[in-house]
Amino acid sequence: MTPLLSIRDLSVGFGRDPKANEVVKGVSFDLAAGETLAIVGESGSGKSVTALSINRLVDFGGGRITGGSIALQRSDGSILDVTKADESALVRVRGSDIGMIFQEPMTSLNPVHTVGAQIEEAFRLNRGLNGAAATHAAKEALERVRIPDAAQRLKYYPHQLSGGMRQRVMIAMVIASNPRLLIADEPTTALDVTVQAQIMALLAELRSELGMSMIFITHDIGLVAGIADQIMVMQNGVAVEQGALDAVLDNPQHDYTRHLLKAVPHFNGGRAVRSDGSRVAGATPVVTVDNLVVRFPAARGVFARSAGAVHAVDGVSFDLVPGETLAIVGESGSGKSTTARAILGLVGTTRGRIDKASGRSPRPVQMVFQDPFASLNPRLNVEGLLAEPAIAAGERRDAKLRERMTFLLTRVGLPEDALTRYPHQFSGGQRQRLCIARALMLNPEVVVLDEAVSALDVSVQARVLDLLIDLQREFGLAYLFISHDMAVVERIAHRIAVMYAGQLVEIGAAASVLSDPQHSYTKRLIAAVPAIERRKQVFMVDGTQVPSLVRPNGYEPPTAQWRDAGPDHRVRLETI
Amino acid sequence: MRLFNAVLRHPSGRIGAAIILLFLVVAALGAIGLTPHDPLKQYVIDRLKPPSGTYWFGTDLLGRDTFSRLMLGIGESFLVAFASVAAAAAAGTVIGLFAAWWGHLWDGILMRIMDVLLAFPAILLALLIVAIEGPGVATSITAIGIVYTPIFARVVRAPALALKAREFVEAARTFGSSQPYILTRHLLLNLVAPLTVQITLALAWALLTEAGLSFLGLGTQPPAPSLGVMLAESKSMMTRAPWLMVFPGLTIMLAILGFNLFGDALRDILDPRTQERPA
Repeated sequence: MTPLLSIRDLSVGFGRDPKANEVVKGVSFDLAAGETLAIVGESGSGKSVTALSINRLVDFGGGRITGGSIALQRSDGSILDVTKADESALVRVRGSDIGMIFQEPMTSLNPVHTVGAQIEEAFRLNRGLNGAAATHAAKEALERVRIPDAAQRLKYYPHQLSGGMRQRVMIAMVIASNPRLLIADEPTTALDVTVQAQIMALLAELRSELGMSMIFITHDIGLVAGIADQIMVMQNGVAVEQGALDAVLDNPQHDYTRHLLKAVPHFNGGRAVRSDGSRVAGATPVVTVDNLVVRFPAARGVFARSAGAVHAVDGVSFDLVPGETLAIVGESGSGKSTTARAILGLVGTTRGRIDKASGRSPRPVQMVFQDPFASLNPRLNVEGLLAEPAIAAGERRDAKLRERMTFLLTRVGLPEDALTRYPHQFSGGQRQRLCIARALMLNPEVVVLDEAVSALDVSVQARVLDLLIDLQREFGLAYLFISHDMAVVERIAHRIAVMYAGQLVEIGAAASVLSDPQHSYTKRLIAAVPAIERRKQVFMVDGTQVPSLVRPNGYEPPTAQWRDAGPDHRVRLETI
Repeated sequence: MRLFNAVLRHPSGRIGAAIILLFLVVAALGAIGLTPHDPLKQYVIDRLKPPSGTYWFGTDLLGRDTFSRLMLGIGESFLVAFASVAAAAAAGTVIGLFAAWWGHLWDGILMRIMDVLLAFPAILLALLIVAIEGPGVATSITAIGIVYTPIFARVVRAPALALKAREFVEAARTFGSSQPYILTRHLLLNLVAPLTVQITLALAWALLTEAGLSFLGLGTQPPAPSLGVMLAESKSMMTRAPWLMVFPGLTIMLAILGFNLFGDALRDILDPRTQERPA
């Protein structure tokens, strides 16, 4: 039997001289109908370029296929060599044979058309359906991707849907053409874990329903376990290891695969939490947050009538003692970042108190942001970047300051001569180290880490986490660690606070919360963490949506009732 | 220095830079008096002579050497263009930055004022200023400066709004950096590229506007030569002495071409989208 897709010695290059700038160097694989191949690698490994070459979308990004062949079996049984096909043939292939979903569903959908219109368009172009038939088909497609109230949702615009819903709409559009091959390029990376689990389950179900083949691209080797038949690990444009899923995961042959498997933060259900620096009873907190409320006005209509308020943070209280890490976990929109921003004074608070210890530093709370590319001014060199907090605190740019800069640079593992370089000369991990050094310039007591390692590749992530733990011990820092990644949280947190829909639902010692979650949301969050060990577990698809946070003016939520679930472990009682 | 080399590597940048440099040298020579003839002296017996070895670009009705006058005129026109664009760039940048930074009401007020100014033709505004101050070089500079301010305010405001929302500005706030520091280091420094391009292109338009104002007698006053003045003087003798019109006309055209080519090259070089990414 001929495979659906057969790639031999594929090479792809970029730039004026594609031969000299190859990012994919001789990749070969076969994919049989109905099979799923997972391509795993870190950023820059060539995994996306390989996938984009299969439907020749790589041409639009300036890439050129410099060698090899891509034989695709079309639905009529003929074999097409994609590398030699002309554009008109490729358009047909993209429309009907190969479907593709991307990482960010918001940028893949057209914001000025309803999702219904966009799905109908897919049916019109690929199946020739018109009018009521197209609308009906679009509704069926939405039902097929398990969107509740499909008929209503057709009239929604992309921005009215959540990230997970948008990705489902994208999938609905792609399966409209009934493709034989679905390429999914990091389809869940931008989504929350619980939503990610939903999308993965959906993809697995659709694959068996429709008999599609799938190429699943991801940086997270833990994620592929549940869905792939074959796995290909890429590094620097070369497939370093490929084979059947179980063989590769259980018995990796190549060093890089072993390294990846080791670097992936494994979630151990609370058994791998830190044992050092646990909370000293009676220590004076460096930050106390008492009944914090942050609301944003929600206006509607031409005259901006106040239509209530977004209750971003509602009655959050916690404290943070020196040397401890409190992780705030929750989905996007749960209010965890807003809480951090309120502590730093970046957003105004509606009610509540935030007390910060005024000890050794003029600015006791500093912050490290998620995106190391956006949080450094590209036009300033490292010296200018590091000097900024000190200048803001009224210090002068003298030899003493330079000394502290070089000390911190070497401490975070950057070369001393980095002072004269600019941010674009550093990698993502190095930039994040730079941000950490900058946050430490004023010798703060508390560092807020807002998804500080989420944008980094797994192996880099592990090293930055180690650095953070070392720095915490050395400088006696307290961390407020905001993350959606439970495995990372398990490695760094002493205590965990779980937020859901603007409210704290569970807080306590990390080991206790992770091993014995009490609140139903915490349970859901922990069950959704992908893990190689749990690869056989099957997720059920459900359509639960996060409740709307917009409340009418004057609405006050009922006072929270708490119960103790152990020493240092409190759970909010759930109202039914 | 890197920018300079990049301009020289760019084909249209090379031509543009060469033209601008040539004009600057000619204007400088004219300014220090190194002209073939005295630009204001009237050689009465040599009136309306066509171009020759003695008078390279011919002479006008009063017997003045066109080439020497042109050298002075270029300097005069460039002075007005540079001064007005400098004023407009400075004012526009400040207004655009503050509009973006303060936002809300201030943004609305400042930018609506800019919109009103943008609707004003330079000539009309110049007439108004002439009515108050009388014609002259200062009038040209003021009028062109005011009319071009909104262009810079807009060019600065839009990217400044985007920069304001970037994380590095938010990070600066968490350090407690002062507003002037954030405005200069984080916003202005990142606006250098679009501003440079806009200044070069505005110079070309300013040159043309200056010529127009002088042509109408609102700018530089005779006998001092400027490109517009020379064109105005030539118009009654278009058929008898075409060189009087052709050479100033060509000069204006060439100068604008030079600035535009140079500006295009800068835009290509400074635009991050056309830059090759470091590997």
